[in-house]
Amino acid sequence: MSVITGTNWTAYDAATMTAREIYGRTLAEMGKTNDKIVGVTADLAKTTAIVHFANAYPDRFFNVGIAEQNLFGISAGLAKAGLIPFASTMAVFACLRAGEQIRTDIAYQNLPVKIIATHAGISFGHAGTTHHCTEDFAVMRSIANMTVICPADGIETSRAVRACVDIPGPVYIRIGRGFEPPCYKDENYDFEIGKAVTMRDGTDLTIICCGIAVLQSLEAAKTLAEQDGLSVRVINMHTIKPIDREAIIKAVTETRRILTVEEHNVVGGLGDAVASVIAESGKGCAFKKHGIYDEFSLIGYAEDLYAHYGLDANGIVDQVRGMMGLEFEEDENWDDE
Amino acid sequence: MPITPDEKKRLKNIAQELRLTMIDVMAWSGGAHIGGSLSIADILTILYFKYLNVKPDDPQWEDRDRFILSKGHSAAGFIPVLAKKGYFPEEELRSFNHFGSPFAMHPDSNKVIGCDVSTGSLGHGLSMAVGLGLGARYLGKTYKIVCLLGDGECCEGSVWEAAMALSHFRLKNVIPVVDRNRLMIDGFTEDIMALEPFADKWRAFGFEVLEVNGHDFDELAAAFDKAWAAGEDAGDSGGSGESGKAGEAGNAGDAVKTAKSGKTGGKPVMILANTVKGKGVDFMENNVVYHYASGDSALCEKAKASIMRES
Repeated sequence: MSVITGTNWTAYDAATMTAREIYGRTLAEMGKTNDKIVGVTADLAKTTAIVHFANAYPDRFFNVGIAEQNLFGISAGLAKAGLIPFASTMAVFACLRAGEQIRTDIAYQNLPVKIIATHAGISFGHAGTTHHCTEDFAVMRSIANMTVICPADGIETSRAVRACVDIPGPVYIRIGRGFEPPCYKDENYDFEIGKAVTMRDGTDLTIICCGIAVLQSLEAAKTLAEQDGLSVRVINMHTIKPIDREAIIKAVTETRRILTVEEHNVVGGLGDAVASVIAESGKGCAFKKHGIYDEFSLIGYAEDLYAHYGLDANGIVDQVRGMMGLEFEEDENWDDE
Repeated sequence: MPITPDEKKRLKNIAQELRLTMIDVMAWSGGAHIGGSLSIADILTILYFKYLNVKPDDPQWEDRDRFILSKGHSAAGFIPVLAKKGYFPEEELRSFNHFGSPFAMHPDSNKVIGCDVSTGSLGHGLSMAVGLGLGARYLGKTYKIVCLLGDGECCEGSVWEAAMALSHFRLKNVIPVVDRNRLMIDGFTEDIMALEPFADKWRAFGFEVLEVNGHDFDELAAAFDKAWAAGEDAGDSGGSGESGKAGEAGNAGDAVKTAKSGKTGGKPVMILANTVKGKGVDFMENNVVYHYASGDSALCEKAKASIMRES
């Protein structure tokens, strides 16, 4: 049992439940002690798993039908009434179909609406591009007042969903669709919004990643240690905004090589957020953004797509090996800058 | 209850003063959506000086009635009514649109004291009103939420998403009012994108439509009396849906429990207020040029003279 939350998600549970399933169950538990929490969806109660909350508290769960603009407008209104709405739909419909309601009704008024968006990235690969979302980080991180989180697995989803209630403004949490294996063995670790988690220390190169890429990066780091003798640091940057600048700059100074990995377009996502921090720091380093390279994904099951786009451990190993061969200018006066 | 002749006179005076202030705001701000502000002057007056239960000295009072200006571009009409109601000195309106001012072309609830909801992008207000209505019902609050929409705004599909939900949840604590002034920026609504049969559309969405002259205080009072009375049972929660049985997530076929439509009796009420764009200023009335306008002192004087002649 978790000493932090009193729940008992173990690695075993997490491996048999999707992140969204854990989200729904977590929210239902939170509803017991916080009657200000209300749930809202647009005909995706079962799909987003908010159904667990719905069935526990039907008097404070509102299904608005297939109408995402209305979903987020109503959520803003519920927040104006003094409540804490959790609004769930698929990521693409949240950030693009209803992007203006999120920006204008929710973020501009700085309302505590918690957007739990599922089926993000290419996790719903076989649904086709209409149901993919490799743009949400770019959209959400450019909206003022918005906190953007991408948990690494179901266990971290539970931590993020619990933690987001304490943020006074809006929060966007993006999760996938499938049964990704967990990175964490239980909930007993330090999770703080805006504070990256160093999953594995290393000195040759740092992988800064989020979401499904965290476990794959850890696997890659293991392989690289065994086969190449490389010491690779893996940082789980679960909060895309506000980003943990300190962890990035520490990695730059200590490892001099940074690879970012994300299930998102390389334009506007985690990689760009990390790049901005590095550029503004004045420190030079070898740097590569890895993700979806500004294209719409092929169709296929998620695992096949992750392999195709190099978002699995093998793909990440290749990226690291490529970077280790890169030349960069050594600066003897590093500490004086 | 019908309004007394004295009350009507008082409201008319307030509306006239408001219209004069709107002309001032047009001058001070360098330009305003004057036509659609003048068209709602009487609706705003009767709401703020007869119906809305608010406390200007306690603007965040949690049991206050809420007002949402979904046609947010008419801030030049709405913000002066807040000043007149006493939320802040009327003198402050002189800063309208200027650097650092709380007052802009569209109202910001985090800056304007007394403004409940930020609006400006059309088609957003009614959804937020529905959210407030659902929240109030869940919390057992009995306050009303009045949402004033423009007619041109009703081209936005999101208005009808909200109307559908309002009707589905039988939210009689939410009162939509449409300012039917028949003009949008580019011309007459029926030429640009026809709304008619407009009342039938609202009826088809499950509303009882009260069609009134939006400049006639007797008709407005009758409509608001009815809308307010319809909302008296809004504090009752409809309870949970019985249509679905609790099921494990993901089991297709299990319906999801959700807050139910509430009282079955009685439809929600909406008020379709037929108005004249630019009402009160003869040369602005029904004149598309004055959707948005600025005015030099000569034009403002001319406008004010026309407003003074109206009474």
